[in-house]
Amino acid sequence: MSYPGITDLKLKEETLFERSRPGRIGYSLPKDDTENVEDVLPEELVRKDLDLPELSEVDVVRHYTRLSTYNFSIDHGFYPLGSCTMKYNPKINEVIARMSSFSNLHPEAPLEDAQGTLRMMYEMQEMLSEIGGFAATTLNPSAGAQGEYVGLGIIRNYFKKRGETQRKKIIIPDSAHGTNPASSALNGFEVIVMKSNEKGKVCVDRLKEILNDEVAGIMLTNPNTLGVFESDILEITKAVHDAGALVYGDGANMNAILGVARPGDMGIDVLHYNLHKTFSTPHGGGGPGAGPVGVCEKLVKFLPDPFVAMKDGQYTFVNSDSSMGRIRSFYGNVGVTLRAYVYLLELGKEHIGKVGENAVLNANYIKACLKDHFNIQYDEDTLHEVVFDDSRLPNHVTTMDLAKALIDRGYHPPTVYFPIIVHGAIMIEPTETESKETLDSFAEAMIDIAKKAQTDPESILNAPLKTAISRPDETIAARKPILKYCPESD
Amino acid sequence: MRYFPITDKERTEMLEKIGVSSVKDLFKPVPSELMLDEELDLPEAKSEMEIIKHMEELGMENLASEMPSFQGGGIYRHYCPSLVDQLLLRSEFYTSYTPYQPEVSQGTLQTIFEFQTMISNLFGMPVSNASMYDGATAAAEAVLMALKIARKKKKVFLAATMHPHYIETIKTYVEFFADSVELLEMDDKTGKVKESELARIDDQAACVLFQYPNYFGVIEDVHALANAARDKKALVIPVIAEVTSLGILTTPGDIGADIAVGEGQALGMPMHFGGPGLGLFTCSDKLVRKMPGRLVGQTVDRNGNSCYVLTLAAREQHIKREKATSNICTNQGLMATSAAMYLATMGKSGLKKVAMMNLKRAEYLKKKIVEDTACKIRFDGPTYNEFTITVPGSAKDVLEEMRAEGVICGIPALRYFDGMDDALIVNTTEMHEYDDLDSYVEILGRVTGGAK
Repeated sequence: MSYPGITDLKLKEETLFERSRPGRIGYSLPKDDTENVEDVLPEELVRKDLDLPELSEVDVVRHYTRLSTYNFSIDHGFYPLGSCTMKYNPKINEVIARMSSFSNLHPEAPLEDAQGTLRMMYEMQEMLSEIGGFAATTLNPSAGAQGEYVGLGIIRNYFKKRGETQRKKIIIPDSAHGTNPASSALNGFEVIVMKSNEKGKVCVDRLKEILNDEVAGIMLTNPNTLGVFESDILEITKAVHDAGALVYGDGANMNAILGVARPGDMGIDVLHYNLHKTFSTPHGGGGPGAGPVGVCEKLVKFLPDPFVAMKDGQYTFVNSDSSMGRIRSFYGNVGVTLRAYVYLLELGKEHIGKVGENAVLNANYIKACLKDHFNIQYDEDTLHEVVFDDSRLPNHVTTMDLAKALIDRGYHPPTVYFPIIVHGAIMIEPTETESKETLDSFAEAMIDIAKKAQTDPESILNAPLKTAISRPDETIAARKPILKYCPESD
Repeated sequence: MRYFPITDKERTEMLEKIGVSSVKDLFKPVPSELMLDEELDLPEAKSEMEIIKHMEELGMENLASEMPSFQGGGIYRHYCPSLVDQLLLRSEFYTSYTPYQPEVSQGTLQTIFEFQTMISNLFGMPVSNASMYDGATAAAEAVLMALKIARKKKKVFLAATMHPHYIETIKTYVEFFADSVELLEMDDKTGKVKESELARIDDQAACVLFQYPNYFGVIEDVHALANAARDKKALVIPVIAEVTSLGILTTPGDIGADIAVGEGQALGMPMHFGGPGLGLFTCSDKLVRKMPGRLVGQTVDRNGNSCYVLTLAAREQHIKREKATSNICTNQGLMATSAAMYLATMGKSGLKKVAMMNLKRAEYLKKKIVEDTACKIRFDGPTYNEFTITVPGSAKDVLEEMRAEGVICGIPALRYFDGMDDALIVNTTEMHEYDDLDSYVEILGRVTGGAK
């Protein structure tokens, strides 16, 4: 078989601190007549020494160039991490984000001199509201988890305003992301975990039994983390609303329905988007993200401060008396918002619906290619992702072994062991930006691994073999943590 | 559409393999009344050339991006070596995911490990995490952490001289966890927290937060604040919003901080209207298991090779769910990478040199303003690269008049502080040449009623 994973040349690279040589410099600053800091500041305010490396420009460039070759990235190849939506990150986004007219704008600049960015933000609020079917959208949250924090904060403030402070519980299905319960706790809510039914979905009857006047809301991911759309969504949201509670939508899986259906139309009251998933902004090896939050009409006044509005033909910031307050400095990760704006301009109304369609097509194609070789615990119709389990892997080969064997074949592993309701979960989300031949060869690699697990399990248990390191010891790392370089740590 | 590679022919083949006749069939689980039957009300798709033209037009409305500016207040314009952005553009860094699979993420993991090391050294603190969203949320998470550690002590003391956004963010985050948030008021003469205010810190205090240099640019009596907190067994939490200041200023570690947080944008990142920046979070060794956010640790692989992994995940939301130390998942990884590249390049001597340039320019500007204009330096406390002046009349008017001359002269304190109509907060960095400072003073003198 011909997989993209072949060996390549990797160069050894020490830490910055080992590369450091006393007296080297990597910067170029104008001449400045020296003056002693003690002449200006009292001694007790002056630091004694500064332990940073000393490197030339060449040292720094080689260091990071070599380190970069140890990473897999979306620009290398297929990155089927379920629930992470690793779609291609358009290059034009980066070019625009680096235009100095945007990047060199100070957040305290007079607003009349910042109209370009404000207009971009205003249009982004409007476009995201239209896409989700909401009355308004805030761009403040810095990432998905902060979006959740904000969404739940809005719910909390809504009930506070109504005098229903006894509503202290949030219902969360057992298939949910870990951020859902963590964000609930951060808002002082008690979490009620709701067991999914035998189809991996919300059981409406069970939900109705749990609902009462102490429940503030439910957090739903739709399609859920199994890739299964909650077909009873209208019944679910009605039941929640009838009980006086609200519905929070986790937009992590928005890519499945982008331009096809709208959370607002489903009765979802508040939802966070992930611009670094659905809207093509790069993950950056772990951020920055952005987690805008859309809300229905009755929740608009509780949005965090500030909000971009249009007044007398000028874009400006407004605050609300009932706002949940401020949730970070300034106005969100504006540079991320800008990239997503560029992506939406390119998609336009003509192509946006094709995102969801192609993402769902690709996921179902992978499922069709692999369903005879891997078990699916919850065999329901799925949309943008599919979750297999480890039950058909023989000879004690685990999901983690399969993940590592995929690395040798040139693919980033899928999300593994999540959702936690599936044993040895293998969660695959291909996104719309992958070609058929990529999906075909990935499927062949998966099947090859399943066969090797039968005939030559050692080859899978020893994977990966083509990477510079293999299977780090995470137990040692956690037991005696080494969290910074010290010369004796080698 | 260039981001969709599936051709019509392939689509037909794929649908056949799946066993349905159209893509719409795949959406069968979605109730038909929810399926959009018309296009969304969005702009028409634009080509690359049209997008660039559109963005250039929008950019032209950002007049402030071209004007000499003396605004700081939490976001600063600094020199950034060219290599940083060139390296950040390597796809391997910016298009990779959180490093969950260590074998294919050693680049990110080693970069973050080195970042943790350099931030830890810069702060003089034993441990740094892999980043938070920004300075304000890092401060808020520090308070939440302190409240968990302090258990029954539920009062939070904040210096009123902290960045107002940080104070507001902390208030939002602690609503359910603190009994009260108390502000330690400012001394109008020094611009620091009033000495008499320290007596208000009582044994119910979980933590005391203060920013240095503070929002008005003044360097607080950090040792006195730390001692006052320690006397009541409250956690000492300094906040550094302008982190290049640590090139010369005494470190959080030196003053005995338990937790120290900050905003790292000043380490060569673009301003971008306030974000993305970089939340910095450090703490003492004994508190590390209570810390929010990701941590990279060193370990060995099965062949004994030294390598790096995400570690102490048992604190985090994907393991502990509602019992996690924080809900943070995606952080500011690429900004941490950027800061690491900046610190590696500036190194031991460069960061100190930059800090000295900032200090000297600010001292020069202060002196010239006093000598050549009718404005006064408002506070007599020491400063780094930012200070507050008192203008004759209204600072807002001065801002407007200087704006008409093409200079953004600072942040009127009135924007956040009632009654401070005549206070203007002025920042200068190494990006200003002495000529720029002279011309600033010349214009300021003119609009505030002429030279003395």
